[in-house]
Order: sequence, then structure tokens, then C-alpha cells
Amino acid sequence: MDIKELYQEIILDHGKNPRNKNICKDFNKDAKGHNPLCGDKVHIYLKLDNEKKLENISFEGEGCAISMASASIMTEIIKGKQFNIAKKIQEDFLNMIKEGSKLNMNSLTDTENMTMMSLSGVKRFPMRVKCATLAWHTFIEAVEGNKKIVNTEN
Amino acid sequence: MDTKEIKSKFPIFKNKVNGKQLVYLDSANSSQKPKTVIDRISKFYSKEFSNVGRSVHSLAVTATNRFEETRDLMKKYINAKYREEIIFTKNATEAINLVASTYGEKFIESGDEILITELEHHANYVPWHFIREKKGAIIKFAKCNDKGEVDIDEIKKLITNKTKIIAITHISNVTGAIMPIKKIVDLASQKKIPVLVDGCQGAPHVKVDMQELGCDFYAISCHKMYGPTGVGILYAKKKWVDALPPYQGGGGMIEEVKKNNITFPGSPTKFEAGTLQTAEVVGFSESIKFIKDVGIKNIMKHEKEILEYGLEKIKKNNSVKIIGEPKNRGSIISFTIKGIHPHDIATILDEDGVAIRAGHHCCQILHDKMGLAASARASLGIYNSKEDIDILSNAIKKCNKIFNN
Ligand SMILES: Cc1ncc(COP(=O)(O)O)c(C=O)c1O
Repeated sequence: MDIKELYQEIILDHGKNPRNKNICKDFNKDAKGHNPLCGDKVHIYLKLDNEKKLENISFEGEGCAISMASASIMTEIIKGKQFNIAKKIQEDFLNMIKEGSKLNMNSLTDTENMTMMSLSGVKRFPMRVKCATLAWHTFIEAVEGNKKIVNTEN
Repeated sequence: MDTKEIKSKFPIFKNKVNGKQLVYLDSANSSQKPKTVIDRISKFYSKEFSNVGRSVHSLAVTATNRFEETRDLMKKYINAKYREEIIFTKNATEAINLVASTYGEKFIESGDEILITELEHHANYVPWHFIREKKGAIIKFAKCNDKGEVDIDEIKKLITNKTKIIAITHISNVTGAIMPIKKIVDLASQKKIPVLVDGCQGAPHVKVDMQELGCDFYAISCHKMYGPTGVGILYAKKKWVDALPPYQGGGGMIEEVKKNNITFPGSPTKFEAGTLQTAEVVGFSESIKFIKDVGIKNIMKHEKEILEYGLEKIKKNNSVKIIGEPKNRGSIISFTIKGIHPHDIATILDEDGVAIRAGHHCCQILHDKMGLAASARASLGIYNSKEDIDILSNAIKKCNKIFNN
């Protein structure tokens, strides 16, 4: 396959100009993710309201284009959604990256679908799967977990 | 040097990677293996295999002889004085752990100082950290300067009456800096401080002569020396193999075992517990022969030529920053590209069959110091050619193109 399938314009754009890369002031949950093999780091901050809506979500971190783009894309897509929907999107995303399955959320707009699918090329690069999934695992940890640190090695 | 001929001795280069000819620039991580080494292991298992040093049947005698021949070859190759000074371990990491545990246990007390450098691989820091924790010792780090080397004066400054060991790398696996081992040993011996050298990047690339260097310990990973995985060597001076207690306990390393008392034999037996990586040790004898056949002087000359060609070529690309500028550099070029993470570089290079390493190369202290989370590293072996460098250089340009910078 062509390397350009991995480094698509959308990914390069999100990698260079990440969206929601800050510490959102109103956050009430957060978690850190670390990929010790690569050194990729993300810290997810989010505000979950009483109705379990993701009122705000942002991230900080450093790492490769894939990990930063993936975090940026994730925050853009799940911001404002109900947590249970966002969790389904996460599962859908992981299936796409790991199993190569199609996205089957029908509540997403075409643009959202396309943006997420831009990361599907990662499937063909097994060493990079962890880069793409780090932020997504960390997001779930921020809401549900008690570990507060996601480590891709265990 | 005819690298085509050299490459033809390594079966791996017959394979394509992503449809491309393999350009292997990750030898600092682990080197490729000549066919003679691979065949030797196969022959050993097919015709000579048995456990060593235990049974009296013919196969056991043959296997034991072959195994011990590697020890003799290595003794000669690094010019050790006695064969007891050559101890087989599973890698350099285990060799360093052996010294840290046994020496640390016996000779390091609370408040004593262990002197290492900011260049060290985790293999030459973490084992000392364990001793720090266990004994309440102190680890001092000799600072690395902005050229990526450690100045001998910096080491001198840190030596005190409490210094119990100096543990330093021979050649940095990140900046490539070649350390002035002999001078450091001279300095240390005035104060009777033993010196351990992490020789991982030394032994495969430069001449190493134990009697000339004079260090007390020298750790080697044979898989970086065109040898099999699972074999490491600890050179330890005679006085230390006599003075240090056994490392691990088990079969093969005892003299007499009674219910209330156990006695141990001398070196190397007392340090080699359990069944060892027999076939790999035997296979490694062919690596030594290979290096001897090519000649370490020729290896040094060839790698220097390719290194200089590589440095010059890569420097021409303005977006690339080479890490360190040591006066004496081993066959290592670590670099970063503006705006592109090293892992992205490695993935894009791989697409063109170019294998490099990206990460902190087990040197987090050094990367933190340089303000980097990771770097890309191209490291050379005897098989690399100027053409490999050209392909690397073009692949780097491709990174620039994809990332539009
Ligand atoms: C300088 C240095 N020390 C130690 C090691 C550890 O070698 P091994 O993993 O074979 O024990 C390496 C290899 O990466 C190295 O480059």
C-alpha cells in the first residue's frame, strides 16, 4: 500500500493543527495515557454533566502525527455527545483500527464518518495501532476508570 | 571494501521489505547474521547437540568442547589474560546485572557512590538503581556536554572517597560518542576504583583489548556482533571473578551440596548457573571468525568512511538536525526532522525498505536532557554501503514531502 494512505491530508492537518489541544477550564474528569514503546503521551480532560453529556473535551500531549491526529479527531467528534453514544463510537473506531471492520454508527454525519475513516489506514501498520488508539482508551478511562493512567503495554 | 560481497554472506539481504531491497540501518539495536553463524547452529543441533559439562557420553564431550572453544576464541579476541575471565550470560544487560548484584551486594554500603553518566543505556542505570534502593547508595551522573560526549574532567570532578564503582558506556548508542576508556581507567585506578564498561556498541565496531584498556568489567551483547541472540559476555578481571560471590544459584555452578552447606567452584562455573544457550554460544564462534576474517581494522575503516559520507549527506538536508557532535564518533547517526515525529519518520522510511530505530533508544535520561521525547537513529554495520546512505537520504526527503515541510 502507499504510505500516503496512512498519512492522509486530514491526518496531517489534525497532526499539525490539532483541535481542542488545551486544558479545558471546566473539566471534571481527566486521565493520562502513555505508550512507553513510542513515548506517546496524552492527557484527556473532559466535562461530563449530570445527564452524562460530554459538554467539553480537550487534550494535551505529545507524540507522532498519528497519535496527535487521532486525539484531535476524537475530541472533535465526541464533543457534545452523550457518553453512551461516544462509547459506541469508540468501540466502532477500535473495531475499524484493529479488525478492519466498517464503521456502523448511523448517528454520525458523513463528515464525521469520513474524518474517522481517515485513520483506517493504520490497520495495515501493526506497530502504529497503539498510537491511533491511545487517546480513545484514555478517554474511556477518564470517565469510567479508576487507574487514571492508561499504559498501552499492560 | 566490497559491500556487495559482504552482503552476500548475510541471507537476510536476499529478502525484499515492502517490495524493496533491505537497507538495514539498525545494527546498534541488533545486527544481522552471516550464513556461517546460522549454519553453525543448525549443524550443532543436527550433529553435535547435547547438554554441556554434565554427562560423559561422546556427544556431551563434543558439545562441551565446542562450547568451550567459543570461550577460548573470545578470550583471544578481546585479549583477556585468563579464560576464567570470560563469563557467558544471556546478554549485556545480564552481564551488568551480574556485576551490580554481586559487587553491589559485597562492596557497596549506605552512602557509597556509584558513578555513571547521562549517556547510559537503561541497562547500565537500572541495575545500579536497584543497588541504590537496596543499599541506600547514591548514583552520580557525569554530565553530557552539548557535543553529546562526557568530558573526562567531568568524571574527575565527581570522583570522591565514597566512589565505589564507575560504570560507563564505551560508545554512546545515541550520540555515538566514543569515551576515553583508557584515561578513565587510569584516573580510577589511582583511587583503586573499579571500572565497568558497557561495551555493547564498542565490541562490534572497534578494537577491544582488555589488557590494553585495563578496565575491570566489560559487558558485551553478542547479537550486536553478528552473533545469535541469547548470548552475552561478561569480561571480569581475574581478581574480581575470585572475589565476587556467585550470581544465580542452581545446577552446574556448585562444587558440593550438603544439607547444611554448599561450596562453589571457581569462575566461570560459579557464574554460569543452569543450562546455558549452548547452540547459540557455539554459533557465536562463527561470528568471531567472521569479524576476524574481515578484520576489525577494515571494519573500523569501512564504517568510518560510510559514517562520514552519511553525516555529510544528511547534514545537507536543512530540516534535519543531527544529535551530538562528538570528536570521536562510532557508527551512529541519531537525528530529528523538524515537524516530523521520529515514529512517523521510521514508518515512512520502512516503506522504502529502510530500517532505522525511533524512540528514546533506552536512554531516557539523555533524551530528557536534550528536551526530546524521541529521536530517529541510523546505525551502521559492516554490510552498509554508500548506496544505503543515498537511499536513506532520499527516504528522508520523502518524509519532508509527505509532511510538506
Ligand atoms: C549501549 C548499550 N548498552 C546496553 C544495551 C543492552 O543490550 P541487550 O539488550 O542486548 O542486553 C544496548 C542495546 O540496546 C546498548 O546499545
